[in-house]
Amino acid sequence: MLLSVEDLTIEAGGRRPILREVSLSVGKGEVVGLVGESGSGKSTIARAVLRLLPQGATASGRVLVSGVDVLSMSPAALRDLRASQVSMIYQDPRSSLNPVRRIGDFLTERMVHTLGRPKAEARARALELLAAVGMRDPELCVRQYPHELSGGMLQRVVIAAALAADPALLLADEATSALDVTTQAETLALLRRIQAERELGMLFITHDLHLAAAYCDRVHVLYAGTVVESRPAKELFADPRHPYTAGLLACTPELGDPRPIRPIPGRPPSLDDAFTGCPFAPRCPHASAECDTWQPHPLTVAGGSAACRLVEA
Amino acid sequence: MIRKLAGVLATLLVTSFVIFGASYAAPGDPVTFLAGGKENLTPEYLAAVRAQYHLDDPFLVQFGRWLGDAVTGDLGRSTQYNDQVGDLLAARLPSTLGLVAYAAVLFVVFGIALGVLAAVRGGRTDAAVVAGTTFATSVPPFVVATVLISLFGVRLGWFPVMGGGSLWHLTLPAVTLALGALAIISRVTRQAMVEQRELDHVTVARASGLAERLIVVRHVFRGALGPIVTMCGLVTAGMLAGTVTVETAFGLSGIGSLLVNAINTHDFPVTQAVLLLMVTAYILVTTLVELVQPLIDPRARRST
Repeated sequence: MLLSVEDLTIEAGGRRPILREVSLSVGKGEVVGLVGESGSGKSTIARAVLRLLPQGATASGRVLVSGVDVLSMSPAALRDLRASQVSMIYQDPRSSLNPVRRIGDFLTERMVHTLGRPKAEARARALELLAAVGMRDPELCVRQYPHELSGGMLQRVVIAAALAADPALLLADEATSALDVTTQAETLALLRRIQAERELGMLFITHDLHLAAAYCDRVHVLYAGTVVESRPAKELFADPRHPYTAGLLACTPELGDPRPIRPIPGRPPSLDDAFTGCPFAPRCPHASAECDTWQPHPLTVAGGSAACRLVEA
Repeated sequence: MIRKLAGVLATLLVTSFVIFGASYAAPGDPVTFLAGGKENLTPEYLAAVRAQYHLDDPFLVQFGRWLGDAVTGDLGRSTQYNDQVGDLLAARLPSTLGLVAYAAVLFVVFGIALGVLAAVRGGRTDAAVVAGTTFATSVPPFVVATVLISLFGVRLGWFPVMGGGSLWHLTLPAVTLALGALAIISRVTRQAMVEQRELDHVTVARASGLAERLIVVRHVFRGALGPIVTMCGLVTAGMLAGTVTVETAFGLSGIGSLLVNAINTHDFPVTQAVLLLMVTAYILVTTLVELVQPLIDPRARRST
C-alpha cells in the first residue's frame, strides 16, 4: 500500500480528539475520496500524512507511506518524504504562493533547494511541467508573479509544482473548492489525467459528496473526526448505509427533482462537543436511546464498512 | 515619476513657507541682535539695519526674495557669524551625515538581527530581546550618552569622548543615536516576521520539504522586508533632525548644534536653511523608500 493510515488519533486539547481511530488506505493509481463537513477533520488527515500537525497536538496510531511511519521518522527522512514522495495541492492557490516571488521560483525552489538539481535543469523541468498542466506560454509564466495570474491558472501552477519531484502520492485538499465552476471542471479533468498518466495515488478531499462519488474509486465519509462510512464510490452513492451519508446526499438540490431540499438538522459538532455514544445521534433521524451509548466502530456492509448500529439490525 | 517629482517640489514649497513664516512669527526682533549692543539701539540705527536686511518689507516680499535666493543656491548670510550660510552648512554637514550614516548602519544591522533572532528562536530569546529593547527605548539619549562616556570613555578609555573627525570618534555618539532606533527596528522586524510565518504559503513551502533555514530566509524574511525597509527609512530620516542631543553631549559640531545655536541667537538665515535642509533630507529619504517598495513587492508595481 502506498498510503496506509492506521488507527490515527490526533488530540489538540479540545474535549474530543480532532481525529479518532481513523483508518484508510490509498493504493498506487487509486483515487480515494475523503468527504465531510468543515471541522470534520479531513484536512487534518491530509496534513498528518506530511506530519504537519496542529500546534501542541499529540498523535497516536500510524501513518505509513510506502511502509514507513511518517509520525516517527527522523527530520531528514521527513524532509525527503515531503520533497520527493508526497505532494499536496491546497484549497486556495492564491495563498499557496509567495506573492513576492516569481512563478518560476516557486516551481524550481523544491527542485533546487531540496532535491539539489542544477538550476538550468530545474528551469527546463519547470517549463515542461507548465506545458503539461496546459499553460499556454510557459516561458512567460515563469517570469510572472502570482498576482498576474487568475485563480484557475494559479492552481495549474500549484499542480505543476506538486509534480515537480515525481511524487507517488498526491493529497488534494479541496483543490477545486475555491475556483469557479468552469475552472473547477477543467482542473478536475487535469488532475484526473495526470493521476492516470503517472499512476499516482490520490487522496481527494472535498465537502462535496456528489463530486467525490463521481470522481473517486472509494470514498470515506468523515464525521466529527471518525470515519462513518467507507465504501466504493458507486455503491455509496446508490445505497448509503450510514444516516449521515444519506443525509448529505439528500441535502443537495437536483434539477427536475420536485422534493424539497432537506438539510441535516442541527450543526456540525465543534471540538468542544464530547460524545458518549455515536457522535451523529443528536442529528440523526433514526436515532434511538441506545445510540447515545453505542461506541461507533466499523461494521461490515456490502463493499466496505459503516459505523452505525442500525446497520446490524 | 513626474507626478512624484512635482509632489516633492510642492511639499518643499509648502514647508519652506511654513519655516519662513515660523521664524517671522517667532518672538523677539532680530534687529536687536543685529544691532550688536545696547549703545547702538538708537531708532535711526535700527531703521538703517532694518532697511539693510529688508526687514521692513511685507512678509510675502521677504519670503519671495528668500525663496528666490535659496533656489539659486544663495541661502543668505548668517547674522551671527557673518558668513555665507552655505559655507557654514558645508562645514557642519559632513559630521552630522557621518554620524547618521554610522548610526543607521548600526541600527539596521543589529536591529534586524535581533528581530530575526527573536522571531525565529521565540521563547526566552524573544522575551530577552523584547525586554532589552523596551529598556533601550525608555532610556533618554542624554543618559545613554553620559553612561557611555563614563564607562567606555573615562573608565575603560577605549573611545575618545569629545570631538569628531574619525570613525573612532563617532562610535560612541553613533551608538547613542542608534540605540532607540535599534529597538524600533527589532520590534518591527520581529512583528513582520511573526505575521509572515503564519501565512499559508510558508506552510506550503514547509510541506514541500524545504529546510527551515531556507524557509526563514526565502519566505518569512523576504515577505517581511517591505515594512522593515520602510521603517528603516523613516527612522533614518527622523534621525537627521534629531542629532542635537548627541552632538551636544559629545561636543560634535554638526548641523544639530548649529541649529540650536542659531535659534538661541535669532540667526534667522541659518535657522531657516538648517530646517529646510532637514525637511529636504526627510523628503528625499521617504521618497527613496517609496521608490524602493516596488522592487521589494511586485504587487506595488504599476501594470504597464
